[in-house]
Amino acid sequence: METPPPTPDAPDVLANTEIAVRVKDFSLWYGTFQALFAVDFNVKQGIITSLIGPSGCGKSTLLRSINRINDRLGYVRTEGVIEVLGKNVLDSDVALPQLRKQVGMVFQRPNPLPLSIRENILFSYTLHTPDARKRTKAEKDQIVEEALREVLLWDTVKDRLDHSATALSLEQQQKLCIARLLPVKPRVLLMDEPCSALDPEATAAVEELIWQLRGEYTILMVTHNMAQARRASDECAFMLMGKLVEHADTAEMFVTPRHKETADYIEGRYG
Amino acid sequence: MQGIMYLGGISAIIFIIGIFVFIAKEGLPFLFGAFDLKEFFTSPRWIPTSENNPTYGALALILGTASVTGMAMIVAIPFSLGAAIFIGEFATGKTRETLKILIELLAAIPSVVWGFIGLTIMNGLIIKLFNVPIGLNVLNAGIILGLMAAPIMTTIAEDSLKAVPDKYREAAEAMGATRWQTIRRVVLPAAKNGLVSAVLLGVGRGFGETMAVLMASGHSINIPHSVFDSVRALTATIAAELGETAVGSPHYGALFTLGILLFIITFLINLTADLVVRGIRKK
Ligand SMILES: Nc1ncnc2c1ncn2[C@@H]1O[C@H](COP(=O)(O)OP(=O)(O)O)[C@@H](O)[C@H]1O
Ligand SMILES: [Mg+2]
Repeated sequence: METPPPTPDAPDVLANTEIAVRVKDFSLWYGTFQALFAVDFNVKQGIITSLIGPSGCGKSTLLRSINRINDRLGYVRTEGVIEVLGKNVLDSDVALPQLRKQVGMVFQRPNPLPLSIRENILFSYTLHTPDARKRTKAEKDQIVEEALREVLLWDTVKDRLDHSATALSLEQQQKLCIARLLPVKPRVLLMDEPCSALDPEATAAVEELIWQLRGEYTILMVTHNMAQARRASDECAFMLMGKLVEHADTAEMFVTPRHKETADYIEGRYG
Repeated sequence: MQGIMYLGGISAIIFIIGIFVFIAKEGLPFLFGAFDLKEFFTSPRWIPTSENNPTYGALALILGTASVTGMAMIVAIPFSLGAAIFIGEFATGKTRETLKILIELLAAIPSVVWGFIGLTIMNGLIIKLFNVPIGLNVLNAGIILGLMAAPIMTTIAEDSLKAVPDKYREAAEAMGATRWQTIRRVVLPAAKNGLVSAVLLGVGRGFGETMAVLMASGHSINIPHSVFDSVRALTATIAAELGETAVGSPHYGALFTLGILLFIITFLINLTADLVVRGIRKK
């Protein structure tokens, strides 16, 4: 990584108004239980959008619909449209591997695969590179190093790349879980409360890392930590009981919320 | 309640030690008498009933057991792994329950019934299909034994797949892995220990099985050169000959020595399986 990381408040990023993820009139049912109600939501490219709201309001559900990982459950039904880079990902002909290559996901609890650090970084890359087997070791080493450098983990783990990833600290695991997405150059990163399993120090470190990825990737981050939303996102969307109530610039939303529910939540009157 | 369990545990240990002592005691006089270590392990001549020159070469019997067990694993490993992967990773709801019950039923078939199937159906089938003079051979006994070992192997393998946390599958699929890629690259490596111990237990079952092998293998002393050769297994030899020997005779002692050998082999296999399983828990 020769290029310096983008400075925290690079103004050019915000000038970009292209939409990376467009959610239109989207509803979702778990069996007969409706979890999302006609959500309309546009996520701008290259910035960090945070998704806040009380527990159980459907933040994870919305996030997990964008890469269709909710499909795994087998009893989920949806209506509406979710466009990622212009393509409706709910179409039946969408190739899920391709979609998930473009849209990476970071989970609430760090979930490195029970493989070595190196294998974790190369996992996605190998899946999505048809001739990955033919790549030389040097090329792969280069990929591993780049990814780990980008998440500021290289110096800590460079001497134990063949050790099990599950032996790392939670903070390191979560950084690794971000790093392993990068070699396939995703466009969008979905993060579901990426810091909630971490202690305050680790949270700060991972937040800082996420801030550094801003600009290069479109980031949609769920959080129930309002301070985090406030300091670590450009735009903010508030959800309540399966509906998207308000979506605005973070600074604006926290100072002058347009809806009473938003104000109540921000002031801590919900769980 | 605790007392009963304690008693049960103690008596199990006493029984095992008792059995071993008994087998050893019956085998020892022979071991220190007519026994010839080199002959035992290198000669295929098992002629214990000869009037003037009885020989006790167990090589053919050992190879008989090994070849049948090997054949059985060639059948059972793909079968049980495939079944475990299908049941554990793909089947849902009714299909899954039905399959599990079916596997349990398969495990409940008595070995003499398996032997009977080998003796009749499989025998005829092998003769017809491969155009060989007899169908009671390594192939027949191996297939029968493989089918017998597969259910328990399937159950253990499926348990070890189920023990792999779902978060790993989710993580892999979220990176765009297909179900198969997830299984191959994540689930199977993570379940490796359990799978290895499933195979080892299957091998142990193969070494110890008697009746079905006796009936399906042809029971003739041979060093097998192809799967169509009849062979004789260690276990089957003991079962078939023990009733006709005089207690205390060298032949009697020799059969017990075969017993000691079997005991040691199965003990080692089970011990390895156990250690491998322990390896999983530690992780
Ligand atoms: N797998 C599931 N099956 C059934 N209901 C679910 C499932 N996951 C979430 N829900 C329900 O959907 C609603 C929204 O959940 P979720 O999206 O996890 O909320 P959040 O992430 O905002 O806390 C909740 O009422 C929850 O109980
Ligand atoms: Mg959630």
